[in-house]
Amino acid sequence: MTTFSILDVEIQEIEGAKTLFGDSLTTFPMAMVILDPYTLESSWILDTADRILSHFQGADVRVALVVAGSDPEGAASFLGPLPDRILTFVDRERKLVKELSVKSLPSFAVVRQDGSVLGIAEGWNPTEWRELADNLAEMTSWSRPEVPSSEDPAAYQGTPARGTVSQVIPTDAELVEKVIIRFAGDSGDGMQLTGDRFTNASALAGNDLATLPEFPAEIRAPAGTLAGVSAFQVQISDHDITTPGDAPAVLVAMNPAALKSDLHLLVNGGTVIVNENTFEERNLEKAGYSQNPLNEGSELDGYRVIKVPMTELTKEVCKDLGVKPRDADRSKNFFALGLVSWMYSRPVEPTVEWIEEKFAGKDLVIAANKAAFQAGHAFGETAELGDQRVAIKAAPLPSGTYTSITGNTALSWGLIAASHLSDRPLFLGTYPITPASDILHELVRHKRHGVMTFQAEDEIAAIGSALGAAYGGYLGVTTTSGPGVALKSETLGLAVSLELPLIVVDVQRGGPSTGLPTKTEASDLMLAMYGRHGEAPLPIVSASTPSDCFDTAIEAARIALTHRTPVILLTDGYLANSSEPWLLPDPSSLPEINVEFATEFNQTNEDGDGVFWPYMRDENLARDWALPGTPDLMHRIGGIEKEDGSGNISYDPDNHGYMVDLRQERVQKVQVPDLEVDGSQDYELLVVGWGSTWGSIKGAIGRACKDGYKVGHVHLRHLNPLPNNLGELLSKAEKVLVPEMNLGQLSKIIRAEYLVDAKSVTKVKGVPFTAAELDLVLRETLDG
Amino acid sequence: MANTKTDSSQTTKADWTSDQEVRWCPGCGDYSILTALQLLMPELGVEREKTVFVSGIGCAARFPYYMNTYGMHSIHGRAPAIATGLALARPDLDVWVVGGDGDMLSIGGNHLVHALRRNVNINILLFNNQIYGLTKGQFSPTSEVGKVTKSSPIGLVAKPLNPLSVALGSEATFVARTHDMDRAHMQEMFRRAHQHKGASFVEVLQNCNVFNDGAFDAITKKDARDDMLINLDHGEPILFGSEKQFGVMADDGEVSIVNVDEVGQESILVHDENREDPSRAFALSRLSETPDTPTPMGVFRAVERDEYAVSLKAQIDGVVKDQGRADLNELLHSLPTWEV
Repeated sequence: MTTFSILDVEIQEIEGAKTLFGDSLTTFPMAMVILDPYTLESSWILDTADRILSHFQGADVRVALVVAGSDPEGAASFLGPLPDRILTFVDRERKLVKELSVKSLPSFAVVRQDGSVLGIAEGWNPTEWRELADNLAEMTSWSRPEVPSSEDPAAYQGTPARGTVSQVIPTDAELVEKVIIRFAGDSGDGMQLTGDRFTNASALAGNDLATLPEFPAEIRAPAGTLAGVSAFQVQISDHDITTPGDAPAVLVAMNPAALKSDLHLLVNGGTVIVNENTFEERNLEKAGYSQNPLNEGSELDGYRVIKVPMTELTKEVCKDLGVKPRDADRSKNFFALGLVSWMYSRPVEPTVEWIEEKFAGKDLVIAANKAAFQAGHAFGETAELGDQRVAIKAAPLPSGTYTSITGNTALSWGLIAASHLSDRPLFLGTYPITPASDILHELVRHKRHGVMTFQAEDEIAAIGSALGAAYGGYLGVTTTSGPGVALKSETLGLAVSLELPLIVVDVQRGGPSTGLPTKTEASDLMLAMYGRHGEAPLPIVSASTPSDCFDTAIEAARIALTHRTPVILLTDGYLANSSEPWLLPDPSSLPEINVEFATEFNQTNEDGDGVFWPYMRDENLARDWALPGTPDLMHRIGGIEKEDGSGNISYDPDNHGYMVDLRQERVQKVQVPDLEVDGSQDYELLVVGWGSTWGSIKGAIGRACKDGYKVGHVHLRHLNPLPNNLGELLSKAEKVLVPEMNLGQLSKIIRAEYLVDAKSVTKVKGVPFTAAELDLVLRETLDG
Repeated sequence: MANTKTDSSQTTKADWTSDQEVRWCPGCGDYSILTALQLLMPELGVEREKTVFVSGIGCAARFPYYMNTYGMHSIHGRAPAIATGLALARPDLDVWVVGGDGDMLSIGGNHLVHALRRNVNINILLFNNQIYGLTKGQFSPTSEVGKVTKSSPIGLVAKPLNPLSVALGSEATFVARTHDMDRAHMQEMFRRAHQHKGASFVEVLQNCNVFNDGAFDAITKKDARDDMLINLDHGEPILFGSEKQFGVMADDGEVSIVNVDEVGQESILVHDENREDPSRAFALSRLSETPDTPTPMGVFRAVERDEYAVSLKAQIDGVVKDQGRADLNELLHSLPTWEV
């Protein structure tokens, strides 16, 4: 923090005049109480702030109230008569808060004339406030105020100071806790981008959120048809949420097909925003409507319908810019984004900045998109939609730096992190396949981390090259989806036999065969467990949320490198593409991965000479690993059964039996942390989950527990080997449920391993469970 | 083998020979290839620990076990893919791929094609015996039409692949042919393959004395060689026969065998292995369809092209040089962030 920038921060007096913060410090230091007008925490402190600041009125210090994240009108309505007595500033963009590095509000801060900070007390902590007040009294040779006084509230934590940095909550907006919005349109309408931008603005506004992109496998299915509908659902909330929500409250339908295919998802009485220009005969016919649903007496009765001629209005604003009507048509998604941004009080700047950055060099496109976005925003303001406007406050997330991340990006970063932590360069050998390709697209950008990517001629060459690089000492990774895993299975068996580290990422999708390439499913667990010929066990881990893909990738690398084994990492299409806010980890807190290489002989032959035996082992049964290039330790490895220790080819029956057992034991040697039970600790019903069902299960259990149901939840990151305490936890349950996006693969494993009556809850439809569905099953199970 | 010599010039065949018992059928052509290579290695100026042999499945694929180097005996057809990953990760290594005609032209054909196209720095030795040996005598993708085998009792109906044509069609930068009856020639081809930067492809005609004995006798027997083997020497007219009475002439994109006396010495094609356009080398590869007609031996093509790993590494190094190496903190902040 430089003092220079504090003095340079522009703030606004409540009367409206803008000034530099430094100008207020010319003669005296400044004592401020900084407030967030939209939180109870800040309102509770008003009397205390008034008393302390008033005490110093007349001392050699200026006293002021600073209202963060609000315009002057909002500040005035929050403070009532206080600004009449105490100098009040508005820190609308929270720049001052940022420069002072204030983390939570309310806070009490004293800044010296040179811009240096005497002290900051954050939240309401009477001891800290008293200390700072005492220091201020000493500095100004003034008497000490009484802190706390008998009327002051008990200590409490503040609310995030900067999470709502861009969010200015309008006075006409109704505050709601959360909202689920679904953007749907033709796959050429840019709905994924619209949803993504809306999500980003919401993240910057400090909301917690979860997204669910859904798109067809065809790049461009016939325009206007049901097959071509692409949708993006997002839940934004002022509290911690775990899923993209069950039923949306708002559906933005850009054409009749989108309305037709997604209306049934909407809550009863929900809001439908349609681009009415597209509701003409041809499109209606393609969507299968015999009547225009926008007319009265249609299936839209009972919904709140907002008809907007988006195409027409977009073309209108673009006309003067010299944009051709056909090109203007492409900007209509920004009109929709502008309108919805207005309705949900989303900050405008991030979207405008993004448009300018994304389309840099294409001035007409920038102009058209900005004009459409602003026209949509203005439409909300002028078209008497005032009663529709709502806002969602920032969620009280743990403090720190956040980024919005998808599962595929988090996984890519986790692999890079593992490369740093193990000091092994990263090699990705892969072949493009939905929904895993984005991992390649991400990793290829990170050459500065020494990442080498190789797009192979097929799935088999992809894993082959990764294994070859691993043999050479790289962290070898291959990424794919189910069909690719099927093709890689022979090489995986080789890796099991060679005992070399390798990570296979399976971003699962709907199967069998081509199945549903763009839809999610978790039906490759048995493939991962047993999908190789012979007894070829290997460790399996799975990620539960988009950001969890980061940690799971590091864990996969740890197991692979330290146990010299291929590891399968399972995610799915839902995790891959959906995003959530992620509190960035401190790099120094990440676990180091220690990889040791053999550099010396480890045996003596009959002649008394030193020799290297590649299958000598450590306490984890990991074999000695000598990289090619290591002098004297030349050796041969292969897929033929070998004698333990020497690694020489062996067809001896007893040796084969021994090696089969040993390879199984090697997997069991992987240390897996014990599970912790979420939800009810004295559960009657234990829900065992894995993968992306985490959010839905957690949501369902939260609801059921609130109503007194005794439900516990364990979620498996490690699927092979299973955690040691799982058996004990299962034995305490009267009933066990295993929800899965397959026909009961984990439940079969649990039944086989623990002989418990694990009941399967299945959904194999290409979409995740909703929390409501699972909640119902939990209740039925316990009531029944 | 405890032997700590690392300076290859001090090594002998014994230093390059592993302690494993060689288990090919007695009389197999593979023995002579192994010996040729073990004798050659000390002359190549490479270190044993920097040398890796990678193989797939088949009789030929046992090769790595017998070399006292690093080695991997992998799975059927995949050796070029595995070797590609290794060569990209470790450009300091000398990587060799050994396999048979079934391994590399049938199950692993795709990997061979793409390894050659990319020009990855590996030396590929294809032992072509025109039969499946390890599975005991089925036809291979190089078996000739009409061949009677266990899996074609009335005779094979499909046309075989020409390994050199495949390699040349795959944009290979080094393509050569030799045979297991001539150690000196094999060593010369292996030496040239090793010297070549990028992917080099050497077809070794190899006799399987159990399932396809004598397949190449018509051209490789000592008394047949003069008239049946056409030696390709760079910069020299392509002549053969005991009196150099035969030659190869190019006409309108095709090559044919002619009597020198009939066409005159000046009409004989002068071999140019550096010729950028592969069509002449391709035409030479088509000169003999079956190993009972005069067959060219030697280097068909040797051209320079950027080597894949070097280009890939240059991209990475270039980015690192321009922008510096990145640390974890930078990675985590590479998308827009906000503070709470």
